[in-house]
Amino acid sequence: MSTRKLSLKDKYRILTRDLEWEYSYRDYREIFKQEAFEGIKITDWSKWEDPFRLTMDAYWKYQAEKEKKLYAIFDAFAQNNGQQNVTDARYVNAIKLFLTGVSPLEYQAYNGFAHVGRQFGGVGARVACQMQSLDELRHVQTQIHAMSHYNKFFDGFQDFTHMHDRVWYLSVPKSFFDDARSAGPFEFMVAIGFSFEYVLTNLLFVPFMSGAAYNGDMATVTFGFSAQSDEARHMTLGLEIIKFLLEQHPDNVPVVQRWINKWLWRGTRVLTLVAMMMDYMLPNKVMSWKESFEVYFEEAASALFKDLARYGIEMPRYAETAILEKEHVSHQAWSIFYNYTHAAAFHTWMPDDKEMDWLSEKYPDTFDKYYRARFEHWRELERAGERYYNPTLPMLCQTCQIPMGFTEMDNPTLTAYRQSVYQGERYNFCSDGCKDIFDHEPEKYVQAWLPVHQIFQGNCGGPDIEDVLGDYYRINLGVDNMDFHGSPDEARWNAWHNLQPAEDKLKQAS
Amino acid sequence: MTIEIRTATLEPVRNTYEHIKRRFGDKPASRYQEGSYDLAPENNFHYRPLWQPDKLLNDTSRTAVVMEDWYAYRDPRQFYYGTYVQARAKLQEVTESNYAFFDKRGLADRMDDEVKEKIVRCLVPLRHAELAANMNNVSCTAYGTATVLTQAFLYNGMDRLAIAQYLSRIGLLLDGNSGDCLARAKEYWTTDPAWQGMRRYVENTLTLEDWFEIYIAQDVVLDTLVYDLIYRQFDQVITEAGGSDLAMLTEFMQEWYKDNSRWVDATLKTTLAESDHNRQLVGKWVAEWREKAATDLAPLAEIAVGEDAINASLEVLNKRLAKAGL
Repeated sequence: MSTRKLSLKDKYRILTRDLEWEYSYRDYREIFKQEAFEGIKITDWSKWEDPFRLTMDAYWKYQAEKEKKLYAIFDAFAQNNGQQNVTDARYVNAIKLFLTGVSPLEYQAYNGFAHVGRQFGGVGARVACQMQSLDELRHVQTQIHAMSHYNKFFDGFQDFTHMHDRVWYLSVPKSFFDDARSAGPFEFMVAIGFSFEYVLTNLLFVPFMSGAAYNGDMATVTFGFSAQSDEARHMTLGLEIIKFLLEQHPDNVPVVQRWINKWLWRGTRVLTLVAMMMDYMLPNKVMSWKESFEVYFEEAASALFKDLARYGIEMPRYAETAILEKEHVSHQAWSIFYNYTHAAAFHTWMPDDKEMDWLSEKYPDTFDKYYRARFEHWRELERAGERYYNPTLPMLCQTCQIPMGFTEMDNPTLTAYRQSVYQGERYNFCSDGCKDIFDHEPEKYVQAWLPVHQIFQGNCGGPDIEDVLGDYYRINLGVDNMDFHGSPDEARWNAWHNLQPAEDKLKQAS
Repeated sequence: MTIEIRTATLEPVRNTYEHIKRRFGDKPASRYQEGSYDLAPENNFHYRPLWQPDKLLNDTSRTAVVMEDWYAYRDPRQFYYGTYVQARAKLQEVTESNYAFFDKRGLADRMDDEVKEKIVRCLVPLRHAELAANMNNVSCTAYGTATVLTQAFLYNGMDRLAIAQYLSRIGLLLDGNSGDCLARAKEYWTTDPAWQGMRRYVENTLTLEDWFEIYIAQDVVLDTLVYDLIYRQFDQVITEAGGSDLAMLTEFMQEWYKDNSRWVDATLKTTLAESDHNRQLVGKWVAEWREKAATDLAPLAEIAVGEDAINASLEVLNKRLAKAGL
């Protein structure tokens, strides 16, 4: 018997696509209950182009090889106390933000892709989503394992899942993903598969991993390299879903356009945390937030949307505002966190002279004009022993949940402030983008669990704010929070390296 | 003689994450523990799902089973992603060399046509049932509670896709990649009266809402019966008919089933040990699905093995359930 050679495409068709059959004992709509309610029209799932044609045996083989190498590095890192080799202990705060803010999103992605990996009627799309779900589980677990050793030597990692569900700034990424997962399966794919994993991944995943590479963090950067090929697969899936939806029916175009508008704005608001991380938390800087925004958003996204124009898709609505904000968001966000560091599970600090000069150089139009004086003033206060902490609770944007600290782009000294009234109640927003998102689905966004409201309503313990922070958030007060200078993290670091504490240096200088 | 490399020891400030410490005490934790416990979000969900507005995003009420602590479960294999893919990669390597050997030696040519046709009729159509098993287990991942369970369901789900793919390759090996065997097998699956009960059972499971009931109908009842019927009894029939080389191609399924059963049994046991409520509920599901399966699988059992085959498999199921405490 002669054996015919099968092409990769044929093989994948036979081994995956052909497993499907036409149901006759039960109705298709009983089995795929969620396919129709969003108003997306799918006429033919067989038109789905499989973005990567992986069979399970090949998946196991590649992934097992990667895992083996990755865990060998983790073991070596722990055995050699690699945490001593990072640039300086301030850096570790960047990965505290990652473990508490981003890793739980990987978990949500694992949940969300399993959900759509069950709900789509096309087997090709289902299997691709299932593999992404499995990859996302890999990412959350390998991140936990990568940070596990840091957790033994630094404060602020230890209660990351508890904090993610409660702490005020972590409700920004959490509500973002809750929003996507509570949407229908197609919106989830536009939100996460396309907007987040395709358009914005280079502004989230890459900056953290490059930050690790630039700051001697071998555990995190090795994870980054190991996850790179997974991320590449996720990007091709994100692009395929968009093309598929747009090609299936012209009625899908306006729906998809609205989702793209919404999710790119939602996404850029979450990226505020990354912006401040890049500009302020990395002792050894990779590039400025502004530069990376120009490369990865302005250049890459304009090429992408040029390509999508043939389907009738336009540049997302708030892209122009996002582009103007690249000059400001990192400084504004760092100001907010510097103000509220007593309520955070990581440390902040004021940049030193060299770092201020770097910011002036990277932000010639804004840093000296709007931010330097404020930061120098705060530094003076700290030197005088009066480190500034803001004792009030901030008002949060109803949509993105970030404290209202962003400004108008035509007047960067004026805080932006928008309102909507829904069923007699007034709601506040940081921007036109967030207001429009609310106005389109007010019944969804009024449900938001806003941390500050919840504190005032007594749902987070009390009566004092210290009770909320200590008992409800489980922040170890005086240990996990407050300025980096004077923290136990700093003291341990100095002891490992026989360094003089900053306080002593200050005393000697004065 | 031993040599000793001196390293600087640094005193850690804690041994593991706090949620792991609260469960297992203040001591270094395993990677399985750190990667599996208390990860799923439980509190302060922002929005209700548009696709199920009466529930929260992660809602324990998506099953009628009640657990005081959903992390009471434990995978005896201690699979997290890394250990899972490495275990499967190893099994895959053996399988690959079996399939290559079968192909290289032209072992398909040594089987007579009748045996081959029996394989196409009774074994290969299972590739479709395995796709349904994939969907059912992924449902349990998507709507289930607690990572200790949901991750194991996803591993199971992906394993089933792999088994569907291995079964397809058996079809391809039998006809030199022409695809005829797979087309015939699909025809059997959709029209052969012997398969219609099985297909009805499978399509019914795909409409279930309660994820724990899905686990009972699929992983406990159906899998126990089918894996006994096909990979033990039918395997014997084929061996006696001179097709013993088939065993090389189904070794994966047999090994996988042993491995997976450890987790299926542990999950059942923990659930039943929790309360009378769970015991009654699971007992009711098992009885209902067992009865359906006994009817729905009987025609297939008869053509694949013989008249008493379904009873033999039901006996295996009974023993398994008794061992778990039902």
